[in-house]
Amino acid sequence: MNGATTLLRRIGARVVEGVWRVGFAARFFMLVLLYSGQSLTRIHLTIREIYFSGVLSLLIIVVSGLFVGMVLGLQGYETLQRYGAAESLGVLVALSLARELGPVVAGLLFASRAGSAVTAEIGLMKTTEQLKAMDMMAVSPIARVVAPRFWGGVISMPLLVAIFSAMGVFGGWLIGVVFIGVDEGAFWSQMQAAVDFRYDIANGMIKSVVFAVAVSLIAVFEGYDCTPTAEGVSRAITRTVVSSALAILALDFVLTSFMFRG
Amino acid sequence: MSRTTLDLWVGVFVVIGFGALLFLALRVGNFAAANFSETYSVRAQFDNIGGLKVRAPVKSAGVVVGRVADIRFDTQSYRAEVTFAMDARYEFPRDTIASILTSGLLGEQYIGLDPGADLDMLGNGDAIQITQSAVVLEKLIGQFMFDRAAEPAN
Repeated sequence: MNGATTLLRRIGARVVEGVWRVGFAARFFMLVLLYSGQSLTRIHLTIREIYFSGVLSLLIIVVSGLFVGMVLGLQGYETLQRYGAAESLGVLVALSLARELGPVVAGLLFASRAGSAVTAEIGLMKTTEQLKAMDMMAVSPIARVVAPRFWGGVISMPLLVAIFSAMGVFGGWLIGVVFIGVDEGAFWSQMQAAVDFRYDIANGMIKSVVFAVAVSLIAVFEGYDCTPTAEGVSRAITRTVVSSALAILALDFVLTSFMFRG
Repeated sequence: MSRTTLDLWVGVFVVIGFGALLFLALRVGNFAAANFSETYSVRAQFDNIGGLKVRAPVKSAGVVVGRVADIRFDTQSYRAEVTFAMDARYEFPRDTIASILTSGLLGEQYIGLDPGADLDMLGNGDAIQITQSAVVLEKLIGQFMFDRAAEPAN
């Protein structure tokens, strides 16, 4: 009886803690938006963050995009040539990248490459009481530290997604046309006939913006909310990667069911 | 405030990002080709549209001359009313025949226009009178089986 009560109490405490964190995250998000005016007028702070989360993620995004596209080219050709539809390879590569793989895979890479770094940085600043020191000097840490990192992520991720998709199409072209020998004209013209700018590419970009907001918010929030110890920071980084991945996949399902009903 | 190398790298990054987006829009997608600048709308009623979808191409002699803009059910005639957005550069005679065709054996369905010989041209909001419905495979097979059964056994 006593054990059951303890168990129930623990579950209850976890739930209350979770709801509390969600509420705090919502208030935190509002605060970030409120203070983002300042971070946009002092644009060099945001540009510095675009450099750290965007430019430095470029290499991993380009290389992964290329390989994802090449694998799609190989696997797609394998299946399509059985039905004598090898020319549709371009359609397959471009549609799967523009609609799903681009935003999702680039988002996951961005969360683990840039999101974790942001969490670590803010967490360490909290641990070494730099955030408190800023507060003492009447400098809002949200305006000075959090908001530029948030906007840096929101601005860089859609660009990274576009680069990822473009590299993927290039990879598919490399395998399909250059190595296997699918007809080049049919590859591009069938792709252009099937891929619609508004329906496929614009929807993919909307997805990437939504993922960017989610990943950046999770990254700055986990850093800001972490327990100010070495262990707390490492836990916060783990939570950033895990919850970003879950958020991207769940949001992707919701957005896809709205956008591509057919 | 002075320019730094960091600004240069961010600038390069933004340019590459927008370049990739432009590549997706113009080379991968059909941003330029899909949207006709000026269109006029033409209606047609079909007994059965099969699997025709909105935004399906309207072709004449194999060239895309328009897109399906709207499909709805007409409760007066109990037929499907399809509206096409036709490219304003192409005009068709009033007695044009609209038929629903399939690209390939299992491909997607599109509208085929066979121009007639009328001197008057279709204008905005006009209706095409002569139409041919989609071929429904089950009906075709059913008809074939029925014909075979009707043949005298020998």
